[in-house]
Amino acid sequence: MKNHIDSKNCRRFYGHGVPRAKLEDIAGSLIVVEGADGSGRSTQIARLVDWLETNGHPTVQVGLKRSTLVSSELEKAQHGNILSRTTLSLFYATDFADQLENIILPALKAGFIVLADRYIYTLMARDMVRGMDEKWLKNLYGIAPIPDAVFYLSVEPEELVQRNLSKNATLDYWESGMDIGLSRDVFDSFLKYQTLMQETFRKLQKTYDFDIVDANRSTDSITKELRKKIGALLEAK
Amino acid sequence: MKTFAELNYPGRLIAVEGLDGSGKSTQIYLLKRWLEAEGIKVYFSEWNSSELVKSATSKGKKRELLTPTTFSLIHATDFADRYERHLLPLLRAGYIVLCDRYAFTAFARDTVRGCPPEWVRGIYGFAAQPDITMFFKTELEVSLNRILEGRPKLKFFEAGMDLRLSSDPYESFRIFQGRILEQYIAMSSEFDFVVMDANQNVEKQQVIVRKLVSEKIDLKKFKRRSPLPLPPSLTPEEKIAKEAEEDLAAV
Repeated sequence: MKNHIDSKNCRRFYGHGVPRAKLEDIAGSLIVVEGADGSGRSTQIARLVDWLETNGHPTVQVGLKRSTLVSSELEKAQHGNILSRTTLSLFYATDFADQLENIILPALKAGFIVLADRYIYTLMARDMVRGMDEKWLKNLYGIAPIPDAVFYLSVEPEELVQRNLSKNATLDYWESGMDIGLSRDVFDSFLKYQTLMQETFRKLQKTYDFDIVDANRSTDSITKELRKKIGALLEAK
Repeated sequence: MKTFAELNYPGRLIAVEGLDGSGKSTQIYLLKRWLEAEGIKVYFSEWNSSELVKSATSKGKKRELLTPTTFSLIHATDFADRYERHLLPLLRAGYIVLCDRYAFTAFARDTVRGCPPEWVRGIYGFAAQPDITMFFKTELEVSLNRILEGRPKLKFFEAGMDLRLSSDPYESFRIFQGRILEQYIAMSSEFDFVVMDANQNVEKQQVIVRKLVSEKIDLKKFKRRSPLPLPPSLTPEEKIAKEAEEDLAAV
């Protein structure tokens, strides 16, 4: 598939994209917010939606495990931890592709601002931490459009522990990477896993060039930074 | 792509490929019956049969929710589940695994649906090459007739209706199958297919299949180490009691 880098909106896919998707008539913007649970992702997205809509921009939100096609099956399978890694990885990719073709691309075409609560980078990082081949993942996610902006909300693992415990009084099995067996102890496992995830994100950042936002700060100051950057981006369009 | 033998797996994998109506399922079934009778450790796996993924696949198909990309990915998920949870452990344990369709089915179908061949091949990159892949090649008309004879109700994706080749499901099926056949033929040398003449009669084909398998695989190495346990032998008293019972039943 041809890349349309010459157009003003210079929309491109990481790889070949998806069959039948045309890129030239895309008017909207794709903004991704990445980060661990407890990094303030959802709060920031909610605030961005408020701000963008108040300013007259139509928005659509997508996230992981939200597809019509496989979300409930994925939830079920994950609950019992019965899928092996390649299977789980492909299941998530199916979930992503379903949202991509049914929500993201049509919304971009209609001129919406699509806010993605996590994107292919989390999926790739999770798999890489589990020992999967980076090249294989890159090929798989060649279907993904390159976003207009990616913000990775980076929070120190020690701070993430505090935030997750104060919110839920427990640490999530998957967010602690308990399936990989880093430690029998969920607290230790969480710290080790989140450290690995952070390292992997930094590695991915070199290839995918996203904005690492220091999210150890107050919610307001992060919002301010995000607004400033997104505002500049929208103005340039 | 390396074979399981080249990867030093104790087991071997045999796959059959071909169009619907090529008779491949009958052939692999008869092969399975023979291997079982020979006391060989054998396992049979079908395309699209993972319990976990099934509900999503059938929902997607029923509601016609699938695009070429999600069609491809959901089948890859199904395959990965069977591959990692069944095929690999069995191959490690020295089984002969028989697969009715393998990744090549995806290569053919997804490519016809417009997915880039390199992308699909890349996704299945975790799967090793079968030790034997038999491609049951028929004249297009022969396999079409076998399927269409009874004018069955063709399913939407089965007939390739998502490709908008024709509004008539039978016509769509014909065009779709024709394109898949082209893909199979093109892949034959790339993946070392043993091309079987599937126009000839079933028994003749099975003789060739069994001969090929026994030539390529040293079957005696795959026998069960001990025969299946026999029912416990009866004590003399029990034997007498049983005989009496049988006599009584005979009266």
